[in-house]
Amino acid sequence: MIAIIDYDAGNIKSLQFALDKLGVESVLTKDPKQIQVANSIIVPGVGAFRDAIASLNNLGMAEVIKQEAAKGKPVLGICLGMQLFYETSFEDGEWEGLGLLKGTVNRITDAVKVPHMGWNTLTKHIDNNLFKDIPEDSFVYFVHSYAVGGNYEKETLVASSQYGGIIPAIVQKDNVVGIQFHPEKSGAVGLQLLTNYLEMIS
Amino acid sequence: MLAKRIIPCLDVDKGRVVKGKKFLNIEDVADPVELAKRYNREGADELVFYDITASNEERDIFLDVVESVAREISIPFSVGGGIRTIDDINRVLRSGAEKVSINSAAVNNPDLIRQAAAKFGSQCIVLSIDAKETAEGKYEVFINGGRKNTGLDAIQWAKHGEQLGAGELVINAIDTDGEKSGYNLALTKAIADAVNIPVVASGGAGKLEHFSTVLKEANADAALAASVFHYQEIPIPELKEYLQKENIIVRR
Repeated sequence: MIAIIDYDAGNIKSLQFALDKLGVESVLTKDPKQIQVANSIIVPGVGAFRDAIASLNNLGMAEVIKQEAAKGKPVLGICLGMQLFYETSFEDGEWEGLGLLKGTVNRITDAVKVPHMGWNTLTKHIDNNLFKDIPEDSFVYFVHSYAVGGNYEKETLVASSQYGGIIPAIVQKDNVVGIQFHPEKSGAVGLQLLTNYLEMIS
Repeated sequence: MLAKRIIPCLDVDKGRVVKGKKFLNIEDVADPVELAKRYNREGADELVFYDITASNEERDIFLDVVESVAREISIPFSVGGGIRTIDDINRVLRSGAEKVSINSAAVNNPDLIRQAAAKFGSQCIVLSIDAKETAEGKYEVFINGGRKNTGLDAIQWAKHGEQLGAGELVINAIDTDGEKSGYNLALTKAIADAVNIPVVASGGAGKLEHFSTVLKEANADAALAASVFHYQEIPIPELKEYLQKENIIVRR
């Protein structure tokens, strides 16, 4: 059972449908107990950082996610969910994140159109199981205005994309995985990536 | 490299896809879920659904369609038509859409865009603008399905929408809509050059060249079309192959 964190924002259905397709049981939840018993936690995307982290804190979920991640439970953050894993976000102010990963979240440079919206190619940095059966330069779907910035741990970078500079696209540090794009909306490549993640945690 | 996007648009009325010309003469085309599956398979980059009905009862039917589409496809889609409140946006996003497209309601209440962007993030708030040339080189914003002239200058309204927090613009050229004589390049380019958010060109696609022209010359980030795709006059795989030959980056 995978616990998908429900923080009252954005499109979570697509992710549930994708997991259904892959034959994995998931539950959308705000209940810390359910999060504790799940074998993996997914923090989904879409929304604004400030509201998302406030919801996680107010509902007592931030603490549970940190505790479970510290115990080694696999946690996956998608889009905003990935950004929430970092220490600080500068989206409309300065907000403290979950701090599972070192680094900050900054606005994408105005030298390019913001949001970064659409299908962009992936460049592989680490050949690990997450990237199994995914061809180099595969297109995946991004939609975000903020991205993980320059001071993250470079050895966590599994894949990146280019958009006004380097955009960390897939990051991994032990049991913590972040995906900046939307695998649930990235066609066959996205489903393969989710399959790889599910194999990794099973 | 970021690809230019090809976006089929599905106008949905009482649970069916329909096709209008200049927003009138509605014709029945297909089942929205079946058509969405076809486009997903054929390599469309994104889909747009416009709910062209407005009653509450029909709205619920439409939300069921949104959820069924989200279950069946693995590409993003946006939803527009009759979205007036934060609650409307929330329901559409929670039914499985990536983005919402706001048109008349944004003109009537610009603060809706600001509030929605603050709550859900700019990336899922699309400002849809119906524009018509009212004098030589002058484009004004129309609302209520193209029936009412607001007197707003389309380029100024696009810039204002960006400031309010819209994450993308869809520019529907009323004059060229359904004519298949090409997109309105002047309008699209004027807006694409005036803002720093993605611009989707809409209205007028009839031939392969129309797509390459609007993506190259008018700086559009995406091109939207309906009937040429619905009736398979232009199959999407063929269009993508053509665009690639024209040195336009597309997802294949």
